[in-house]
Amino acid sequence: MTALLEARGLRLAFGGVKAADGIDLAVMRAEFLAIIGPNGAGKTTFINMVTGYLRPQGGTITYEGAEITGRRPREIVRRGIARSFQLPQLFSEHTVEENAALAIAARQGIWSPFVPLLRPAWRDEARELLDRFGLLPLATRRADALNEGTRKLADIAMAVALKPRLLLMDEPTSGVSASEKMAVVETLARVLREAGVTAVFVEHDMDVVARFADRVAVWSQGRIVALGPPAQILADPVVQREVIGIERHA
Amino acid sequence: MTLRRIELLLALLGAGALVLAAMTTPWLKFVLTIALAKGIAVLGIMLLLRAGQVSFGHALYVALGAYAVAFLAPVLPDAALLLPAAALTTAVVGTLIGLFVSRYREIFFGMLNLALSMVFYSMLEKFYHYTKGTDGIRVPPLTVAGLELDRVTHEWTIFGIALALALGFGAFARVYLASPMGQALTAIKTRETRLDFMGVSARSVLLAAYVLSATMAGCAGALIAMATRHVTPLLSYWTASGELVFIAILGGAGGVLGPFLGAVTYELVRVYAAATVADMWQMILGAVLLLVILFARGGIWGLLALRLQRRGAA
Ligand SMILES: Nc1ncnc2c1ncn2[C@@H]1O[C@H](COP(=O)(O)OP(=O)(O)OP(=O)(O)O)[C@@H](O)[C@H]1O
Ligand SMILES: [Mg+2]
Repeated sequence: MTALLEARGLRLAFGGVKAADGIDLAVMRAEFLAIIGPNGAGKTTFINMVTGYLRPQGGTITYEGAEITGRRPREIVRRGIARSFQLPQLFSEHTVEENAALAIAARQGIWSPFVPLLRPAWRDEARELLDRFGLLPLATRRADALNEGTRKLADIAMAVALKPRLLLMDEPTSGVSASEKMAVVETLARVLREAGVTAVFVEHDMDVVARFADRVAVWSQGRIVALGPPAQILADPVVQREVIGIERHA
Repeated sequence: MTLRRIELLLALLGAGALVLAAMTTPWLKFVLTIALAKGIAVLGIMLLLRAGQVSFGHALYVALGAYAVAFLAPVLPDAALLLPAAALTTAVVGTLIGLFVSRYREIFFGMLNLALSMVFYSMLEKFYHYTKGTDGIRVPPLTVAGLELDRVTHEWTIFGIALALALGFGAFARVYLASPMGQALTAIKTRETRLDFMGVSARSVLLAAYVLSATMAGCAGALIAMATRHVTPLLSYWTASGELVFIAILGGAGGVLGPFLGAVTYELVRVYAAATVADMWQMILGAVLLLVILFARGGIWGLLALRLQRRGAA
């Protein structure tokens, strides 16, 4: 297996807070890597650095053999890296299907002033995508009328619509009701596996981690303190005490 | 019938009504030509409003289009050539300025446009040698597609061109706003960073709309120059920009008919107010703006659309 994404010695501090304090991580092609760790450990910061939202103060990020450190989000997306957000970032005045269609348009080229956004091909693709996320019944609802769980799913659907090769998800299941959670992740995992997408996801629910992650990276105070298969990591007494024990109840 | 269909029907009915009004009341022809021209400029303002951006300086492009006509008329004395020339001039200048202002948002965007329009205003005023300063420039009689026209036919022709352009730009804006480029404007307003994370340059999306809006304002200016046959720096004064924003809010930004409903209402009220209660004009404006903001955020078009939808639902 070869590394799709490789971070070396990433460092970033906000004032005195070391949000990244020497992050070394290789994400392998087609794997699902879970990131766990307490609040403020720097999990989101890692995603922000990889996707170009934050520029690391030190270290390098390599993707598909090319260095992308400090590139702008737009360029990084075009290379095939997409993300979803801890707090859903939807276009609130658009309907759910329009949100999805805008993502499809972003992938296919938005520079067509004469053809409607909801052209048949894109509407069909948007609806098919929403269907997989169980969002089809809400397709024509405005995004700002959704509850938190469905906003979250729509947010992920938009990232998936970009057809990335690497997908970074920041707490994909937070806000999704406990009863729906497993089913949602199940479909999501299937969709990603089918497309051969590599996924990195921050997760607070250890059941989700145990079931879907190929490997788990444990974050603490801007460092990776453990990395390995879920069975081993989740059973590690130190991880249990230091990380899972003080996990916020998600 | 869907609202979109009704909109189309209303546009054609409205156009017919304007022609009828101009036929029955000859002096209205001029007022309505100006109203249509301003409506076109406001249509451009509306594109930017969709992205949540308010330009307080678009009179710059109106004036630029008008002065392009005034400067070129001696060498190019035909409306059919002057209009594209004015459009091209404003498109080019709009692109250059747009490259700069599209980096900014909200108050900075609004104020930068205002500042640039005031710079242009003082240039028109100061370079007397070229612009004749505050006296302005007279536009010589123009031919239209090679034809020499008498005064009345000329007035009708300019009115007709204004109407045709209004319909054309209106139709284009409608299609454009429904397209990914138009919808991305709204996305800039609601969640610009997401666009970036989807690989779309929000700046380019805004720039495209900006250039379109500048071009529309330029055509409006050209029409005003042809109708009034006289251009002055006041065309680019900040109150002229404010007027465009006022009309945009009055007419409503929810549909492409809004700018024209707003412009026609505005010009008619202004003419009648000037004739009857000259000194109260500003007060009427202020009161109307207050009422629209308090009770009818969607402007005239918003009120109309609401009624039509209610009727459709009933
Ligand atoms: N843009 C920023 N400006 C200042 N401080 C920041 C910024 N982003 C993150 N931080 C700080 O860096 C630290 C790591 O934050 P980060 O959001 O990466 O944590 P996290 O692991 O995602 O936490 P959570 O589980 O709460 O989402 C925190 O102390 C946070 O306050
Ligand atoms: Mg976080």
